[in-house]
Amino acid sequence: IVPVAGLCPQGSYGIQDSLRSGFTSVKNELLPSHPLELSEKNFVLNQDKMNFSTLRNIQGLHAPLKLQMEYRAARQIQRLPFLQSSNLALDTLRGSDDTIGFEDILSDPAQSETMGEPHMMVEYKLGLL
Amino acid sequence: KWSVIMPTLIRSVGTNIPRVSKFRGISDGVILGADTRATDDMVVADKNCRKIHHIAPRIYCCGAGVAADAEIATQMMASNVELHTLNTGRPPLVAMVTRQLKQMLFRYQGHMGSSVIVGGVDVTGAHLYSVYPHGSYDKLPFLTMGSGAAAAVSVFEDRFKANMELDEAKRLVRDAITAGIFCDLGSGSNVDLCVITAAGAEYLRGYDRPAGKGKREGQYRYKPGTTPVLTKTQTPLSLDVVYETVQMMDTE
Repeated sequence: IVPVAGLCPQGSYGIQDSLRSGFTSVKNELLPSHPLELSEKNFVLNQDKMNFSTLRNIQGLHAPLKLQMEYRAARQIQRLPFLQSSNLALDTLRGSDDTIGFEDILSDPAQSETMGEPHMMVEYKLGLL
Repeated sequence: KWSVIMPTLIRSVGTNIPRVSKFRGISDGVILGADTRATDDMVVADKNCRKIHHIAPRIYCCGAGVAADAEIATQMMASNVELHTLNTGRPPLVAMVTRQLKQMLFRYQGHMGSSVIVGGVDVTGAHLYSVYPHGSYDKLPFLTMGSGAAAAVSVFEDRFKANMELDEAKRLVRDAITAGIFCDLGSGSNVDLCVITAAGAEYLRGYDRPAGKGKREGQYRYKPGTTPVLTKTQTPLSLDVVYETVQMMDTE
């Protein structure tokens, strides 16, 4: 198992945001706890990377550029942070609107037992917090 | 040509479904067979489980290995095939099911422990594929998988012929699964068959029950008085009251 160091902390200014994501633990961030953890965490990213680089080789730089521009636009179509977004445009672009994977079956946000605190989440998103 | 597949039983950690399935391909169809025993290490967890899963009207799947993994894999395949059919307006191909299955299993690098035999009839004909947990697949006239694979494939190797008749093919599949049931501890109970032709699929649950519970031939209880009593001694124990306490119960 290859240790992976330097995983980006989630907080702003590049340091650990203890208020929101808890204390850091070097061991947790150094070694993955399952052989497939890193592979699964980055699966979509790696797939996109591979597809985009193939597309660039075949059709030229404009093809992945245009597609990524569309992805970024579609990713911004969201509801308020504590509500669940359908991501319909994003799904259609990716082609995942006609496949079913584990992400559709397990951990359905509509059936989660907890909900984020609405005011805090909106304030955090607007940067007021 | 008749192709045969035989899913066999596989023992794995947790509840696994050993499967013995045989599949025979016929010139215009395939026959899938399986046993019905699910084991949890050395204990039979389910003596009549279903190992042949429906994917599409003319594509069925026998799953061996870890029961939950095989179940969820086949269910997801069925859902994706249905979506694909609705999307394209065309009936699915067996190769499509195999491809999606192997891509998913390879993604999980063998941690999803389900070996699957996919068989069916589509517009291009009858096909039989086996997919292993790490994502490799084979396309052959007959296949077996699971812990009873060796027992079952031996029957196939002996008697398989191309272009068999339907009854002969069903008998061969039944015999191969029965070989697994008797010669492998991970397989047992009944034989399930699924005959898929261009006309449709026929799921014969409990096609044969070779391993039924035997009938007791005689009485095994001893009659009272079988063991003669030779001597009898009685020793009374004289006990004296040494200490006596009374404790009131709290009845309020």
